[in-house]
Amino acid sequence: MFENLRLAVQGIWSHKMRSFLTMLGIIIGIASIIAIVSTIQGTSEQIKEDLIGAGRNTVSITLYDGDSEAYFYDNSTVAPVISEDQKKKVRRLENVVDATFYYSRSYSTVYYLNDSFMGGTVLGVDGSYLDTAGYVIQTGRGFVQRDYDRFCKVALVDTNVVQSLFLGENPLGKVLEIEQQPFTIVGIITEPDDYLPKMENLSDYEEYFTDSMGKILIPDKCWPICYKFDEAQNVIIRADSTDNMSSAGKSVADILNANIKNQSQRTNYSYKADDIMERVRNMQRLSESTSQQLIWIASISLLVGGIGVMNIMLVSVTERTKEIGLKKAIGARKKTILWQFLTEASMLTSIGGLIGVLSGIGLSQVVSRLTGTPAAISVPAIVGSVVFSMLIGVIFGLMPSVKAANLNPIDALRSE
Amino acid sequence: MILDMRGINKSYVQGKMEVPVLHDVSFSMEEGEYVAIMGPSGSGKSTLMNIIGCLDKPSSGNFFLDGQDISRCSENQMSDLRLHKIGFVFQSFHLLPRQSALVNVEMPLGYAHVPKKERRERALRALDRVGLSDRVNFRPNQLSGGQMQRVAIARAIVNNPKLLLADEPTGALDSKSGAQVMELFQKLNEEGVSVLMITHDADIAAHAKRVVMIRDGMLLEKE
Ligand SMILES: Nc1ncnc2c1ncn2[C@@H]1O[C@H](COP(=O)(O)OP(=O)(O)OP(=O)(O)O)[C@@H](O)[C@H]1O
Ligand SMILES: [Mg+2]
Repeated sequence: MFENLRLAVQGIWSHKMRSFLTMLGIIIGIASIIAIVSTIQGTSEQIKEDLIGAGRNTVSITLYDGDSEAYFYDNSTVAPVISEDQKKKVRRLENVVDATFYYSRSYSTVYYLNDSFMGGTVLGVDGSYLDTAGYVIQTGRGFVQRDYDRFCKVALVDTNVVQSLFLGENPLGKVLEIEQQPFTIVGIITEPDDYLPKMENLSDYEEYFTDSMGKILIPDKCWPICYKFDEAQNVIIRADSTDNMSSAGKSVADILNANIKNQSQRTNYSYKADDIMERVRNMQRLSESTSQQLIWIASISLLVGGIGVMNIMLVSVTERTKEIGLKKAIGARKKTILWQFLTEASMLTSIGGLIGVLSGIGLSQVVSRLTGTPAAISVPAIVGSVVFSMLIGVIFGLMPSVKAANLNPIDALRSE
Repeated sequence: MILDMRGINKSYVQGKMEVPVLHDVSFSMEEGEYVAIMGPSGSGKSTLMNIIGCLDKPSSGNFFLDGQDISRCSENQMSDLRLHKIGFVFQSFHLLPRQSALVNVEMPLGYAHVPKKERRERALRALDRVGLSDRVNFRPNQLSGGQMQRVAIARAIVNNPKLLLADEPTGALDSKSGAQVMELFQKLNEEGVSVLMITHDADIAAHAKRVVMIRDGMLLEKE
């Protein structure tokens, strides 16, 4: 075996140029596959990172009315109410680190002095909203327990509201009129710098657009003061890990939906977790299926390379007819000759594969520099490529090797 | 008896015609004998030699090599007989051009799965026996014809065969190198190896203790 390897290396080395040219098809094929796979993997990870954001693992669980989000314009619709018991259950879920429950109205009557504020959202939030949803306080203070205990009419506004309502003025201490109730602004909130909006379709864009119109936060205890009734709440949770986001979101939705069935006034209400991991997988699947086709194209190069190897091995068998005849005459078995040539063929393609892997890694680095997408080196792809190129050698080397093994030693020795 | 052939026929099929080459050949050799086969070109010498060397099978007849019935042998068994019982010496040496004398001589031992170290030792000993201790690392193109043939002889004897077969071993050599080869055969025969040699040359044949003539595929023993 070891002897065969040595012979094979010698055979390849004695025809350096020819061997290299023979390997070229394999080298190009493997290099392109490695480059494609690394780029896809890099892109895949990039997609995940883009969509999931800075790794806060937040999942929104939103009430749907049929297929669209449930909105509340007035107080005529009776929506399911989340009980304290359910909230406890949600907070106690194994993979839920943090949970916040909030009311939300997209169209509210809000005035500052005589200016009306249109298009933004008013949220009635509990004490853990800022932490869970990932806001930080820029100036002023957040809500404190006292605000909740005493039903204080205080509000937090985000920077978008500041821009549209308070041109240059300091909003702290100013009074907003929400549904005819006066609320004093105590703080300004902002999203962290590394926040990336997720956008892949029109509805995401709309969501982002309304968000960008501004948010006004008030304590959830004050919600009935403005809107007269308890109404449905939405939920944001944080999962303990990115991988648990989907399952945690689903568990929360299940807990909340159990209650809707009991309150069955309108059965088409249901909570749905915004399954970001599902979206990531979809995007990744899309990018992977595109590259699958590229890999098929690269495989054609491997096929051509394999045929080249077969051709050169046939030439080599013809050239070495005498050597083969001699070896058989002095006692080499058929199998020995077969293995010698098979080893040489697969060695040739394995070396080609190895060079291909190295060039492929280099190529993916270059591509990554040029396009700015990261390249991830995939170890299974590398091992697979080398094994596969070895297989190509075995497959395409088989016919020439069988031919060599079956040579009649008398004829072979006589050949000139 | 190292060799025992009875009523051997060999014919080649050429297209639809059957060309007979050997007719009813009976021939035997005792262990330790030194025999030369002479005959004109095309008389079937090489054909006979190929059968004796287990490279080919007779069309009919019985052939025992060292007591083994060749007609019952499989291809692998024939390979093993060539490896263990027979040493070949060819007119045109048939050395591997890129390999040193040592590697050329080691080759059969590799097929016999002799361990690496022992292989080297035995190859060096065989080269010593043919007087080439000082040329072990030379490649064939750095050796003279006579030296090349002696490397080939070393390769033939390295696995201690019972029978040495030589097809015109001096055909490509000058008379001086030829004489050296003959000397070597003499020595090997004295050491107990049976030698069967084909030649055109009566002077060369004279080195053998027994000469057999072949003409048109038929053997005539000459005393
Ligand atoms: N493979 C073959 N197919 C057909 N005929 C063959 C084959 N091999 C040998 N012959 C024929 O058999 C006959 C004997 O050939 P062989 O090689 O044995 O002669 P030879 O005595 O060795 O001659 P030389 O002294 O020239 O080497 C020749 O007539 C040759 O044409
Ligand atoms: Mg001949």
